[in-house]
Amino acid sequence: MYQGIRISGFGGQGVISAGVLLAQAGMMEGKEVSFFPAYGAEMRGGTANCSVVVASEEVSTPIVSTPDTAIVLNEPSLAKFEPMVKPGGLLIVNSSLVNSKATRTDIKVLYVPCNAIAGELGNAKVMNMVAIGAFAAATGAISIDAVARALPKVYKKLKPDVIELNVKALKRGAEIKLN
Amino acid sequence: MAEKKLMKGNEALAEGAVRAGCRFFAGYPITPQNEVPEYMSWRLPQVGGAFVQSESEVSAINMVYGAAATGVRCMTSSSSPGMSLKQEGISYAAGADLPIFIGNVMRGGPGLGNIAGAQGDYWQATRGGGHGDYRTFVMAPNSVTEMGSFPHKCYEVAFKYRIPSMVLTDGIIGQMMEPVEFTTPEVDPKALPEPDWAIGVNHNRAKRIVKSYDLREGFLELMVNERVKRYKQIEAAEVMYEEKMMDDAEIAIVAYGTSARVSVAAMKLAREKGLKVGLFRPITLWPFPKARLVELSKRVKKFLVVEMSLGQMVEDVQLSLNGRAEVHLHAKPGASVMTADEVYRTMDAIVKKGAKEYAAAK
Repeated sequence: MYQGIRISGFGGQGVISAGVLLAQAGMMEGKEVSFFPAYGAEMRGGTANCSVVVASEEVSTPIVSTPDTAIVLNEPSLAKFEPMVKPGGLLIVNSSLVNSKATRTDIKVLYVPCNAIAGELGNAKVMNMVAIGAFAAATGAISIDAVARALPKVYKKLKPDVIELNVKALKRGAEIKLN
Repeated sequence: MAEKKLMKGNEALAEGAVRAGCRFFAGYPITPQNEVPEYMSWRLPQVGGAFVQSESEVSAINMVYGAAATGVRCMTSSSSPGMSLKQEGISYAAGADLPIFIGNVMRGGPGLGNIAGAQGDYWQATRGGGHGDYRTFVMAPNSVTEMGSFPHKCYEVAFKYRIPSMVLTDGIIGQMMEPVEFTTPEVDPKALPEPDWAIGVNHNRAKRIVKSYDLREGFLELMVNERVKRYKQIEAAEVMYEEKMMDDAEIAIVAYGTSARVSVAAMKLAREKGLKVGLFRPITLWPFPKARLVELSKRVKKFLVVEMSLGQMVEDVQLSLNGRAEVHLHAKPGASVMTADEVYRTMDAIVKKGAKEYAAAK
């Protein structure tokens, strides 16, 4: 198993922290992992993206240029990352904010209304966890349980009730299945 | 076994230095190495060390010169443009035989370049960089774990041979996170013997002077030649490299740092397609693993140097092999990273067309 993942969205959507969380969860599951952030002139409201690898073998390059899965949380990210996805790979689209549809037919596309679900849960900040939950369930690269256990390791200052809310968001994301 | 921890390369470099006995750090901020001073600023006080954010790179390297003169394990770090500013101080430290430790997290150049990872400082690191005849012990990690373990080796070599040492890495390895486990022994600097050249409080012992000059006629030559003896010892004893799938290889990729990581992916791709490719990764860039390359060239007749620069390490490979085998180059300058597929296509071209050179810049 070798999952190269690219996560992209607006700065402030939790793109980078979702990436760190995936790597932490993979490590806690005993997998080989790497995380690499785009660290250019990123700012709140601008675009941010990161590469994550979760694998059962040694991670070669930490920069994922042809992702097995791309998670796009905003409109500009769809245009940038859809063409990069490996044929047969997975594209997860935050349909709450991305109005366009994916055009490729050689990849699987999963539309997840991340913001809408986070809104239902009462906290817009957990929208990234909805996407991660959908990713975990669709690929099986990582278990929801491992992500949940990784949460307090990555977000050290979060109170237990907020952790619980994040876990709920993960589980709601995991309910969304491919057609 | 210690628990694995997810860490940034830069943080591992700083923690590795502290564990190797570093108790003084001076530096000036520059992306992409800022996590090193940031980490040191809270970590060093925990172990009774001192952290200084200096007003410039020039003062940082000279503070480190002063600290090293007292025998303290010390460190400075920067990224490419900042490293250029430190060169005078490094030359002085080499001239005064001081075991300073430097981290260079390379970014795009020349000039201000950009803040992405690059490998354009190979010549600067391995050729001295500052003025005069001198060498620096240079190690090139390719993982966060190696970022954490190489400072230990750098201090060991620096103090044994009295030579400046350096970890030469890039923005990608500095910024990436990987599980890390610190396996090198933790050094208590108080338990180390005081070097017999270190200056400090004079307890009625003979006078010690740390200086990089001797103006008396003929004496500088003696000073330099004495140093050259130590360089030869380092070349004989401290070379490090790693080989992957070299046993049956018909093409050897030579790459370090991030380029070596990409090359592993390229090698796997090539193997799937039936090309017998192996990887030779120099870990010490100076001393360069010349002898092993010569040995390999008895069997391997095609070498491909993969580097994120215009073609710098390729010259060391050519000098080592001295015509014994074909040397090709896959160059990726301008703070850009080659993909595994690009490297594979170069190898394919070498096999099929006997292409002499491939420049990725388009």
